[in-house]
Amino acid sequence: MARDYLYFPGCSLKATGVAYEESMQELFRILEMPLRELEDWNCCGATSYMAIDEESAFQLSARNLSLARQNGNSDLMAPCAACYLVLRKTQDYVKKYPRVHRHVAASLESAGLPMMDGVKVRHPLEVLYNDVGLEKLESKVVRRWRGGPVACYYGCQAVRPFTEVDRAHNPIRMDEIMKAVGVPTVDYSLKTKCCGGALTGTIHDVGVRLNYLLLKEAARKGANAIVTLCPLCQFNLDAYQVEIQKESGESFDTPILYFTQVLGWAFGADPRKLGFKRGIAGRKLLKQWFAEHAEVEQYV
Amino acid sequence: MFEQNGSVRIGVYICQCGTNIAATVDCRAVAEAAAEFPAVVVSRDYKYMCSDPGQSLIQQDIKEHQLNRVVVASCSPHLHEETFRKAVAVAGLNSFYMQMVNIREHVSWVHANRKAATLKSIDLVRAAVRRVARHRPLERGRVNIHPDVLIVGGGIAGIHAALTLANAGKKVYLVEREATIGGHMAKFDKTFPTLDCAACILTPKMTAVKNHPNITLWTYSDVSRVDGYVGNYKVQVTRRPRYIDEDLCVGCMECIEACVFKQPKFSDEFNLGLGKRKPIYIPFPQAVPPVAVIDPEQCIQFKSGKCKKTCVEACGDRKAINFGQQEETREIEVGTIIMSTGFKTFDPQRIPYYGYGHYPNVYTALEVERLVNASGPTGGEVICRDGRKPKTVGIVHCVGSRDERTNRWCSRVCCMYSLKLAHLVKEHTGAEIFNFYIDIRTPGKGFEEFFQKLLNEGVHFIRGRVAEVTDWALDPSEENKLVIRVEDTLSAFVRRIPVDMVVLSTALEPQEDAQDVRRLFNIGCSTEGFFMERHPKLAPVSTFTDGIFLAGCCQGPRDIPDTVAQAGAAAAEALALIDAGHVEIEPNTAFVNEDECCGCRTCIPMCPYSAITVNEIRRIAMVNPVLCKGCGTCVAACPSGAMQQNLFEDEEIFEEINGVLSYA
Repeated sequence: MARDYLYFPGCSLKATGVAYEESMQELFRILEMPLRELEDWNCCGATSYMAIDEESAFQLSARNLSLARQNGNSDLMAPCAACYLVLRKTQDYVKKYPRVHRHVAASLESAGLPMMDGVKVRHPLEVLYNDVGLEKLESKVVRRWRGGPVACYYGCQAVRPFTEVDRAHNPIRMDEIMKAVGVPTVDYSLKTKCCGGALTGTIHDVGVRLNYLLLKEAARKGANAIVTLCPLCQFNLDAYQVEIQKESGESFDTPILYFTQVLGWAFGADPRKLGFKRGIAGRKLLKQWFAEHAEVEQYV
Repeated sequence: MFEQNGSVRIGVYICQCGTNIAATVDCRAVAEAAAEFPAVVVSRDYKYMCSDPGQSLIQQDIKEHQLNRVVVASCSPHLHEETFRKAVAVAGLNSFYMQMVNIREHVSWVHANRKAATLKSIDLVRAAVRRVARHRPLERGRVNIHPDVLIVGGGIAGIHAALTLANAGKKVYLVEREATIGGHMAKFDKTFPTLDCAACILTPKMTAVKNHPNITLWTYSDVSRVDGYVGNYKVQVTRRPRYIDEDLCVGCMECIEACVFKQPKFSDEFNLGLGKRKPIYIPFPQAVPPVAVIDPEQCIQFKSGKCKKTCVEACGDRKAINFGQQEETREIEVGTIIMSTGFKTFDPQRIPYYGYGHYPNVYTALEVERLVNASGPTGGEVICRDGRKPKTVGIVHCVGSRDERTNRWCSRVCCMYSLKLAHLVKEHTGAEIFNFYIDIRTPGKGFEEFFQKLLNEGVHFIRGRVAEVTDWALDPSEENKLVIRVEDTLSAFVRRIPVDMVVLSTALEPQEDAQDVRRLFNIGCSTEGFFMERHPKLAPVSTFTDGIFLAGCCQGPRDIPDTVAQAGAAAAEALALIDAGHVEIEPNTAFVNEDECCGCRTCIPMCPYSAITVNEIRRIAMVNPVLCKGCGTCVAACPSGAMQQNLFEDEEIFEEINGVLSYA
């Protein structure tokens, strides 16, 4: 019997990153790896929370870990890079700093929850790489990719300290997975550089410029699409292309995809369930690439 | 010579050490108190006991009062134990009938209360008086020194040490792991700061090694076993097969010409993979010995057994090629060993953001040495891996040095070799050169002047540790370039500098197998992994194992002049031992009370010097007094009390404790 994977969606996968959740569920279904959503989960405590009130952020994060522990599952998969990082950071801090350990233990106890020892926080990219493996992924391919080369973009949080997604400076696992399923990749030097994160909302022009640099370099390297593993990266790169086009005078219409969408498509998933329609930029290109499918208008 | 029989007569001498001791300790009072202790015949204090008059005072008393024990209370025995041991010996007393008390470092320098300090001194002197009464006379042993020397590693350090010793008439075995001697220096183009050609100054010395009647040169060989001790090492050397008979080959290279591989196909190690060689090759034109080598991993005869063997044909009547050559083991006896095993260069792939191995035009400094060298893979033309001639070159300093994430130490030579390469690359290409540095360190003769010369040549210097080397182009000027991103800390902003070629000035690190070699020779390594010297200032070429000396970068990063100086020093240390003919060994060694020993072997693994063995027939432990350093570990570990140590026998120690505890 295949093991099931407990996963923590976080806010993004229920909002701007719905396509990520949809495509991931479809992908894992095809791979016969049942997914189960963590019940009664709450905010992971990432980014803004962590920046303003570290203690509460740790407590929020710890509650999710504790719920996973109660579920009796040793792995908790967090597809959003921000959730993944903050859950891991919480574990690290609880282990290293007695003060954090004390606060977290006290607040869990007051909620009648056990301490969250022994939970391993995982990311779907690393799950596919380690638990499934390149060979098996390659064997699952049923559709040929017609989109040409893509740029694999890892962003920052998935490769920061505390994480185990890939190596920090020159991550390659997404590239290897893409190549394994017949999707060529370019040598994308900006693969871990900043997408602007929340800056697109706060210091807008700085945030948007960072996305401009990412899009431009991907195009310069000959990539037709950018493949991401983080909902915030995907959102930033996708949402501001019209604005970037206006400001820079250069034309961009680059599809920004989740790696789960590309894999799902390659493995012959029902394309309607991969969330292509939810993207903003590059839909014209996607339609061209998928043109041989009769129902393309329905899902892109 | 007095013997222990008869009554014990002790003289006690309290040193004032000018005011060093006298200012805090009432030396007269100590002397007066000591006069009352049992068996003390005479007790005095004096301004400087170590001075000539001080020593004569002791010697006179020995004769006048028939003293047979002496206690000197003065400074640390590290300083003057030897002085006073000699002084009593001159007066006819056994050296080990003298006991020292340290009332300077242990009393006057660490206490302020004169009264308490004086009482403490009296207690310590009482302990020594009671202890010395129990001393037995001991004799120093002697070990003869075998006059032959083993030198491990044939770089410039090993070469220089070998020639120095051989010229002094000593027989030297020089063992080198590679197929040729010359080491790293043979790969360099020019040397800083004088810019003389490395090969021109090195190869005559290499040839001299080959031709010297006193030097036995074994290349392609490893030391596989070391037994024995100072003066008497037994060493096993494994000679790997090179499939060419060294005595028959004349280095004519006709076999290489004739090889069935018409074109060189395999990565050339000497040129760091920048060039190609055939399966049969000579590492470089001036290799010593000038003898070919066959790589069995690549040679068709070894792989399939079905080669036309055109090489054998070309060799003709010389018959130097021998596909059946086997590994050989040689046993030699030497008295002293010089370690000159060198360093390895840092692998810059450990810093992925510098792009080495990713972007073809990122080079290590050593690779660039080969590129600018006239006999290098490009004949001295600086041509990048993508075929371009660089118009701009960036040299990144401190790659793998002064960095918490890799190595913390400064590799000492990188600033200077970076400057040298800047000069050479500019000379060869006319390129614009940028140096990225943290600090420019030029402490050496003519070094700072060389730096000034480079500044005048128009080489750019940007202070800042490079953040990354990338091919990410922001504008057309950066297209098809490598962009160096760096914070210029002098003008306080982040720069992007597009270049055609990047040179990484990589650190010097301990050899990959330094730990194995360390264990083989029973020497130490410091925390970063370089071999450890006995004392950083006063015994910089000695090790904690007598008779083994260090030369060159195996002890730490250094440049050629320092390496040669150190190799000379190591040779001189070896010569001093050889010419003395013997060494005296301290008698404070462990010994076994054979009636008590049950052969339990508890002591064997405890000994850090491998000095204890078991006599299998009698089932008792035996201590080799030459190897024993008198640490006492085995004595403490022995469950039956059979292990004892000279000068630290139980009754001596108990008397000392009783003495210090029995308040007057």
